[in-house]
Amino acid sequence: MLAFIIRRLLQAMLVMAVMSGLVFLGLYVVGDPVSMMASPDATELERDAIRANFGLDKPLLEQYAIFMSHAVRFDFGKSFLTGQPAMGLILERMPATLELAVVSMLLAGVVGVPLGIWAGLRPDALSTRGIMTGSVLGFSLPNFWVGLMLIMVFAVYLGWLPASGRGKTVMLGPLDLSVLTLDGWRRLILPACTIALAKAALIIRVTRAATREALPMDYIKFARAKGLAWSRILRVHLLKNILIPIVTVFGLEFGQVVAFAVVTETIFAWPGMGKLLLDSIITLDRPVVVAYLLLIVFFLVMLNLVTDILYSVLDPRVRLQAAKA
Amino acid sequence: MPGNFPVRPTLRRGLMTATAFAISALATGVYARDLVVALKTEPTSMDPQYHALTPNIQLSQTLFDGLVCADANLAIKPCLAESWTASGKTWTFKLRPNVKFSDGSPFTSADVVFTMDRVAKVPNSPSSYKVYLQKVDKVEAIDPLTVRITTSEPYPLLAINMVGLPIMSAKAAAGPAAEGKTTTELNSGNGLVGAGPYRFVSWKRGTEIIFERNPYYWGPAPAWDKVIYRPISNPAARVAALLAGDVDIVEDPPTDDLERLQKDPKLKVETKASNRVIYVALDQNGEKTPGIEGTNGKNPLLDKRVREALSLAIDRPALVARIMGGVGTPAAQLLPYPMFGASKNLVTAAKVNTEKAKALLKEAGYPDGFTMVLGSPNGRYINDSKVAQTLAAMWTRAGVKTTIDSNAPAVFFKNRDAYAYSAYLAGWGTATGEMSNTLNALLVTPNKEKGQGTTNRSRYSSPEMDKLVAESANQMDDAQRAATLAKASEVAMADFAMLPIHFEHSVWAMKKGITFQGRADQQTMVQYATVTK
Repeated sequence: MLAFIIRRLLQAMLVMAVMSGLVFLGLYVVGDPVSMMASPDATELERDAIRANFGLDKPLLEQYAIFMSHAVRFDFGKSFLTGQPAMGLILERMPATLELAVVSMLLAGVVGVPLGIWAGLRPDALSTRGIMTGSVLGFSLPNFWVGLMLIMVFAVYLGWLPASGRGKTVMLGPLDLSVLTLDGWRRLILPACTIALAKAALIIRVTRAATREALPMDYIKFARAKGLAWSRILRVHLLKNILIPIVTVFGLEFGQVVAFAVVTETIFAWPGMGKLLLDSIITLDRPVVVAYLLLIVFFLVMLNLVTDILYSVLDPRVRLQAAKA
Repeated sequence: MPGNFPVRPTLRRGLMTATAFAISALATGVYARDLVVALKTEPTSMDPQYHALTPNIQLSQTLFDGLVCADANLAIKPCLAESWTASGKTWTFKLRPNVKFSDGSPFTSADVVFTMDRVAKVPNSPSSYKVYLQKVDKVEAIDPLTVRITTSEPYPLLAINMVGLPIMSAKAAAGPAAEGKTTTELNSGNGLVGAGPYRFVSWKRGTEIIFERNPYYWGPAPAWDKVIYRPISNPAARVAALLAGDVDIVEDPPTDDLERLQKDPKLKVETKASNRVIYVALDQNGEKTPGIEGTNGKNPLLDKRVREALSLAIDRPALVARIMGGVGTPAAQLLPYPMFGASKNLVTAAKVNTEKAKALLKEAGYPDGFTMVLGSPNGRYINDSKVAQTLAAMWTRAGVKTTIDSNAPAVFFKNRDAYAYSAYLAGWGTATGEMSNTLNALLVTPNKEKGQGTTNRSRYSSPEMDKLVAESANQMDDAQRAATLAKASEVAMADFAMLPIHFEHSVWAMKKGITFQGRADQQTMVQYATVTK
């Protein structure tokens, strides 16, 4: 188990090093941060001064070497644009994104798993057709469109909910959370639904497929033959066995939401990390982009690790040493 | 009728306030005294000397007043300085007496000296405010209400530049660092004390910025108890927030939505002609030019007749009406008249004349035209790449087969700075509202040491115009200087040095019940918003 975790961490290091190099190169190719920062009135001399100030006049390799020598000490530099530590800017926004991701994934799970099981148990029922059509819609409707429609209906026409922004927050330890206030929920629910719609659609499909696969299995038949109650068969025999694919999808999708909820965050002016990433890419604020991606790669690797450990908990047959993913 | 009915003073004041409230509520139809503003871009810092960028400047101009202020049309007016005189290189500013900062402390000449002194000490500034202290040698406090500024040569722009340097409280912003309170400290409100109409309450990055009325304000009492700024970068989301009633006023709604917003009985739209010109720059460096083919290796743009033909082929009024949704003014020079130094002979753009354009091309030796690539940013200016597409179509009709190369702003600026375009569309906002800024940046012969022609990527060079602009730099008499600059503008436009297309209009949409005065520099300043009487 320990060897497994260490191996995973080493892999994460490697991926992070490669990725930071790619991002450095990529942003270098895209454009010159100085042309995005300096006021258009600035003279060439002033531009050169800015360039020297941020070390942008050095060769790219040297810039990268300097960055790496600081990064190993967990110093990711200061944002060009705001002058604040890049990692600080990101961590400041992290609770907002995590909160949105957790609520939307929970919502997706609470809606998706029961509907999926239902659809798997009654493949030909009318209700199942309804559920499956709904899930196709959830898949195919673009995220930004769903978001705007929800705003139009619930904020503009009905006026029940505010259109955007994050509500009042309460500090819970180091985390600044809005799920603890009513205002927070009023503002959270629309963006969470926007994300949850697509995710629930996916979970419905996965759950349904897993259910249909498990139903004809001998252990279910045996349980029924023993005369066990349906509810017990569902909970103990069926659910436990279909959980592995669901957990996989859940883990992957949760990572996706945390890392790249950019569209939803932008439409709802949700002050999360995705929006920060987008703004930073547009303004070529390299320290923030690099720090963000490093953090996210680390997070995704960890998430996969947790998912793998969960497998072994759910299914004793899975051995971690064997899973060298 | 005092005396008839004895009322304790406090109670009386309470009654009067209540009555005043009731009356104002009746008159305005019960309006919350808070203003919620949707910003399209969040400021990068609260430090008024960290990053010279519109989103930052518009907020610092609300927290801080300068010695000199610019009105909505960018004409300068006395602010914290009651008056000033200039003689040669010496400027004397008489400060307004009895002005207090938002913490109640008095404003004196020491604050002015501190403010000017701090500018160069702010570290890591991505776009320094030193721009506004060009040619300033010395800033001295003569007495508590007199400041003397000495420049290295007679410099008429000093008063305009003072608009960009709002005064900080020396006492509040003092600190152990070289610059006093650091940018990080100011971001949290520590030391962020000015003499503007509102004062800082809080800033939560990405969520909201809150200001409140400055009770010590020296001018007319500010209209709002509290001002809340919410950054909403997506234009559709901004409009949705306004429709939902979450915000009271939004910056820059998309042109496609304007008609709908105007029709809405609960909303209204304000537009204001801005100082930002959208222009096409034409490479006039030499025979080698990157984006033109079909001319046997020659650069047709060196020929004035070709440049005139390209200008004549543009139907500016049609472009403004159809592409810009009517929110723009066709341009005949780079700064709209009557701003300072704009020529009054260049108010209406020449009418489109495709036939004459074709004839001019033929005369210049291009009877079959040529092919050209027009560079354009995508998303930097209002509808920028749509405008470029329309220009390409108009030029193609006149015989110059034009394709557009439209890129994300970062990529576009990189290409432009590498001279990768023969022709490109871009914009210039003249922050100071006077022509020498525009010409110096865009058309004066580039000179790195002197800091001239910094954005002259077409490398146009006219000794006659250069001379006029240089002459204006030391003319202390405003009328004379304006005339010189107007002449310089006429020279450049007669040469078709670059093609002005239109002046952008800034647009704000708001709830009915708010009166808002837009500004020519496209800034959203809440002191220009009041409750409709």
